[in-house]
Amino acid sequence: MEILISQVFAGLSLGSVLLLAAVGLSLTFGQMGVINMAHGEFIMAGAYTAFTVQQVLGSAGVSLLVSLPLAFLIGGTLGLILEATLLRRMYHRPLDTLLVTFGVSLILQQLARDIFGAPSVDVRLPEFLSGPVMILGTPVPASRVFILVLTVVVVAGLSLLLSKTSLGRRIRAVVQSRDLAEASGISSRRTDALTFFIGSGLAGVAGVAITLIGSTSPTLGTTYIVDAFLVVVAGGIGQIRGAVIAAAGLGLLQVFFEFGTTASIAKVIVLVIVVAFLQIRPQGIVATQTRGLA
Amino acid sequence: MSARTTVSAVLSLVAALTITGCGQRYDPQAEAAAEQVPQASCVDTSGDTVKVGLLNSLSGTMAVSETTVNRSLNMAIDEINADGGVLGKQIEPVTEDGASEPTIFAERAGKLIRQDCVAATFGGWTSASRKAMLPVFEAQNSLLFYPVQYEGLEASPNIFYSGATTNQQIIPALDWMREQGHKKIFLVGSDYVFPRTANRIINAYAQAHDMEIVGEEYVPMGSTEFSTIVNKAMASDADAVFNTLNGDSNVAFFRQYNAVGLDPETMPVMSVSIAEEEVPGIGVDNIQGQYVAWDYYQTIQTPTNDQFVANFKDRYGQNQVTSDPMEAAYTSVYLWKAMVEEAGSFDVAAVQEAVDTGEITYDAPEGEVTVDGETQHISKTPRIGQIRDDGLIDTVWEAPEPVVPDPFLETYPWADSITGA
Repeated sequence: MEILISQVFAGLSLGSVLLLAAVGLSLTFGQMGVINMAHGEFIMAGAYTAFTVQQVLGSAGVSLLVSLPLAFLIGGTLGLILEATLLRRMYHRPLDTLLVTFGVSLILQQLARDIFGAPSVDVRLPEFLSGPVMILGTPVPASRVFILVLTVVVVAGLSLLLSKTSLGRRIRAVVQSRDLAEASGISSRRTDALTFFIGSGLAGVAGVAITLIGSTSPTLGTTYIVDAFLVVVAGGIGQIRGAVIAAAGLGLLQVFFEFGTTASIAKVIVLVIVVAFLQIRPQGIVATQTRGLA
Repeated sequence: MSARTTVSAVLSLVAALTITGCGQRYDPQAEAAAEQVPQASCVDTSGDTVKVGLLNSLSGTMAVSETTVNRSLNMAIDEINADGGVLGKQIEPVTEDGASEPTIFAERAGKLIRQDCVAATFGGWTSASRKAMLPVFEAQNSLLFYPVQYEGLEASPNIFYSGATTNQQIIPALDWMREQGHKKIFLVGSDYVFPRTANRIINAYAQAHDMEIVGEEYVPMGSTEFSTIVNKAMASDADAVFNTLNGDSNVAFFRQYNAVGLDPETMPVMSVSIAEEEVPGIGVDNIQGQYVAWDYYQTIQTPTNDQFVANFKDRYGQNQVTSDPMEAAYTSVYLWKAMVEEAGSFDVAAVQEAVDTGEITYDAPEGEVTVDGETQHISKTPRIGQIRDDGLIDTVWEAPEPVVPDPFLETYPWADSITGA
């Protein structure tokens, strides 16, 4: 029983990390059709923000709380710069964005190496997150409970933004039909820039969360980018609800197959399941019904 | 672009990244090199200098570790030169970057031997890089000094192994764990040649010594997801964990390990790939009190080591630490000097003959080491260390005397199934 609870928790926890890494991507990839390979490096930038803040402030608890909004701003600003300088010129050409952003991701990795050095750096855990907490009599890592809660807050906030605000309405309109949205007087350029800011900012937040469980190194982003794309594609492009289901599903599948087999085999099985699933349902778990021809 | 093409583009991208992520393929170039006809050595010893090659990864993922090895090699060369050189000749190092790629190691090794005409080469780190260079050094009949602990089961007449082989690191670590009463062991490692081979040896050892392996888990290189493995370790009721994880995976592993309330008292972890240099990246908080197995620690008290550590810090900065592979690399230069002086010549055959006497010794920072004439490995003193709160490592146990290298585990009857004897 205890092992079942800790495995379910591990699955949801892995899912929450994947979701946090993917949710911003789901926004940028979904709305703008930009395959942003540098998304992983925005995550890395968030992680190094946490490191730098901790170097300056000292206290691990205070710096965690300061890092979260700051990483959002830094990730968002990097995204904004990328959008304004390069991506704006190549909407409707997804494969070009793939190559360009892959180049940008390499540049950002090298930049991190030059600034912080190639070895991974240590971001200390706040005291209150370093031990286990008991859930139904089972010890689970407090840091992972924190990430789970953070993910719920971030996703709930994003859903509210998309469903209740005028910005959200504009974003959804552009996702469903860019031309029609423009014809209705929506500035798709401003909407794009704002969407990219939010999506990239969320990557920064994910970076801070990841420092709590893994190492912080220049190649941190490459570890997560593939899984993040997997979540977005399996969930249905541009669908937050789909991404939530996909992330939880992938997390649970991974840990349960891993328990029965090994980490490598589990990864293979999960990939095969995703590929098979997309054969049956190429639009992903949740798809918007549109009259568009695309 | 339709949704379907976008999806398939992303999927093929994922596949491509996954495949390239697996890295380190076997290298056909090295095989080609092996088939070339050996040429007469072009080593020129007529002047008052002699060239040696330094072949370490100065770029790529291994650069972190290999750059410091390169530094200690340079330091040894400068010390020897200041002291009059080798056979009266100053050593002139030629540096090449292996770039963390076995194919590049093989190619640069060929360049050092044929173009630069070096008398010997020092370097390599991963087993993949050594395996790629081996045919080149054998075909060209040149010498390589390899400074890192490895999985054993190899003995080329053209390679000198100055790091530990399995009976100088893994087996003493298991002996020590058994003495501490740890009977049920959980194995965790990165998925590549060293952990797989090490764990085969550990399994055979356990069978012969009334120990039980209660779990054996591998993660892909660079993996940071350890929830399930730590859950399995907890559920397995193990007494201790034997860890052969490499690099950044250790951070995630130890974080997760501590986060569920496991610690060195409840279930100690013995690691064989974590030295002084890796501790800051993992975070001292995550790993203090845990155990490691090597032959050298910075804190060892020998006159040579005090000098070695002080010189290294003076040269490269007071915050620098020294580790086992760095010490083994430093030692290898002095061993080469001793071999050449014993032979009275830089000639490969003469050096090999000098080594066969079994009398090449050097008073290294880790204590006196001797080159074994038969296997080209060196006798070393295994030590179990415990990580302190300042990131350095205290020796908690050391072998009473240096252990003779046995890369094929011929003196261990229980290992027959592994070595195929």
